[in-house]
Amino acid sequence: MTSANIGNPGNGRIAIRTDHLARHYQMGSTLVHAVNDVTLSIPAGEFVALLGSSGSGKSTLLNLMAGLDRPSSGAIFAHERNLAEMSSDELAKHRGHTIGIVFQAFNLLPRMTLEENVELPLRLAEVERNERTARVREAAERVRLTARLTHRPGELSGGEQQRAALARALVNRPTILLADEPTGNLDSATGDEIMLLLREINETLGMTIIMVTHERHRAERFAHRLILMGDGKILSDGGRA
Amino acid sequence: MKARDLMDLAARNLREALLRNSLTTLGIGVGVASLVAMLSLGVGLQNLATERLSRSGLFNAIFVTPRTSFDNFGGRAERPSPPEAAAQPLDEDARHKLAALPNVDDVYPDIRFPTEIRYAGNPYPTVVAGVAPSTRNDGAFEDMKGAFFSGPSADEAILQIEFARRLSPQQPDSLLGQEIVLRYAERQALPPDSAGDKAAGAAGFSIVPREKRLRIVGVVETEPGAIGGVGRGRLLIPLEVAETLRAAQTNDLRDLLRDTPSKRTYESLTVRVKGASQVKGVEETIKQLGFAAFSLLDASRNLSVVFAVFDLLLGIFGSLALVVASLGIVNTLVMAILERRREIGVLKALGAADRDVRRLFFTEAAVMGLLGGISGVLLGWLIERAINFATSVYLSRQQLPAIKVAAVPWWMVVVAIAFSIAVSLAAGIYPASRAARLDPVEALRYE
Repeated sequence: MTSANIGNPGNGRIAIRTDHLARHYQMGSTLVHAVNDVTLSIPAGEFVALLGSSGSGKSTLLNLMAGLDRPSSGAIFAHERNLAEMSSDELAKHRGHTIGIVFQAFNLLPRMTLEENVELPLRLAEVERNERTARVREAAERVRLTARLTHRPGELSGGEQQRAALARALVNRPTILLADEPTGNLDSATGDEIMLLLREINETLGMTIIMVTHERHRAERFAHRLILMGDGKILSDGGRA
Repeated sequence: MKARDLMDLAARNLREALLRNSLTTLGIGVGVASLVAMLSLGVGLQNLATERLSRSGLFNAIFVTPRTSFDNFGGRAERPSPPEAAAQPLDEDARHKLAALPNVDDVYPDIRFPTEIRYAGNPYPTVVAGVAPSTRNDGAFEDMKGAFFSGPSADEAILQIEFARRLSPQQPDSLLGQEIVLRYAERQALPPDSAGDKAAGAAGFSIVPREKRLRIVGVVETEPGAIGGVGRGRLLIPLEVAETLRAAQTNDLRDLLRDTPSKRTYESLTVRVKGASQVKGVEETIKQLGFAAFSLLDASRNLSVVFAVFDLLLGIFGSLALVVASLGIVNTLVMAILERRREIGVLKALGAADRDVRRLFFTEAAVMGLLGGISGVLLGWLIERAINFATSVYLSRQQLPAIKVAAVPWWMVVVAIAFSIAVSLAAGIYPASRAARLDPVEALRYE
């Protein structure tokens, strides 16, 4: 996979931009401000870590960036296209083509082999069958998992499963990779392996990576920029300490 | 998502909960089988009735009678004749006139008379009927034992099977080639003066007992063209032979009272038309000529309506099981949504649109409908076979010929499978919509 495959990152363009973004929801009689008036800008090719304690709003912000959720107010732009104004189908296309997502729980489909799991986004994007095999192999090579393609998720270690999830996120050649606590279910050494992979992807492909984590030391070690959130607001935004 | 991938994913999902989905599919299969079995009975009975009527040669036949006698038939009040067509006598002239009408194949009189035959020294009362050569191709002669008359004037007879059994209860077929003696009353016209009433211009006839030897050439199930009842011919002879016998018939007494008794009239004539579609037109023409005419076309139309309603009712009852089975699909798919909630969230996170998820569930419902439909048709076909087998066994014990009371035609196979898929898709509407509407964030949080 080459940087040419993923658009034109790192050239000063903005990958994600929010403008007074808010996401409120009702919980019983209480109105929860999960994301509250967040304005930020993430240039293409940047590796950003969203930090904060539980309930700080970092995962909600990530979901808004992914187009899995819609804002209550404000605007959120991905490559200058306002996600808040997109239809349901357009958001699905955004998730399928612009965004790659990695979850803490891996979320691989247990009855499929790794190859089939990685191929799934290509099926959804209606990529031709003969092209899929090459793309799956390319993504598997990127995460160094080609030997395990015929295995099912249950036959793999946590680290291998997360690498497979990473291959699945990369297979559609997105420009932005969103990772929600990607090392949360892994031991320290395996977590480091995943973080090294993310950095490699960021550096070699120039892919924008936005990672939610509560592990500050890892964020400081691997990310270019740390955004600390609390009560739905940005408490601090800056480079590594 | 492309159709092939959709099918692949749907099949994979169905295999995942194999027992539950198999039971749901079996439920649909039983529903379809019930529908097919019910309809097969309706179609089979309709086929049976239509086949019996067709075999009798009644569909392309018009029965012509003199208007007056027809109008008084059954004690009805006499209807006023149309001014343009006065009632005509049904005599030889009328027979030629009817034979000359377009689309008419043959016109022959209905000659039948009660009489007696002797076989092996014993008398057997029966009804003799003349059979026109044009009836040779009627379905009634298809399964005949023996052969049709060797010629139009052959001294041969064909026995109706029940009558043959009276002559030879054990082996009715052994009668073929045997001789019987037909005893009948010949009508012999008398000159007017011998009647003793020359002044009145009346004439008469005498009745002379005669005998004729006939060779049995065939045994047939039923008389072709006969409506049935006590007047049905049990002993069939060539029409030409029947006419030359000049046997006394029931209308002879009426002829005696006419002004010209020497001029013989027919009680009824049968007009055979080239095809059933021309029956209506020819029938109208005959009525305009001043005769009463009747065909079974109207009766068969009414029969079709009756069977259509019968089929509809059977279809409704048969569909009830399918409706119950469709609730099984709803239940199975709703369960699948609960179990695959997280998976739906993953699919949406990876780029699946709401319509992709909807189509996936619809495809699963359709696959269950297709498999249920195929298994149901197979099961329904087996039930149809069982009904026919059981009926045949019962009829053979009653010493009656086997009949096919149920039938599964090809159109029913196609309609049943299509209906099964349609019902399954309808059952999938709610679960598919519910799955498509799932909030991906909520779905991904689901444990």
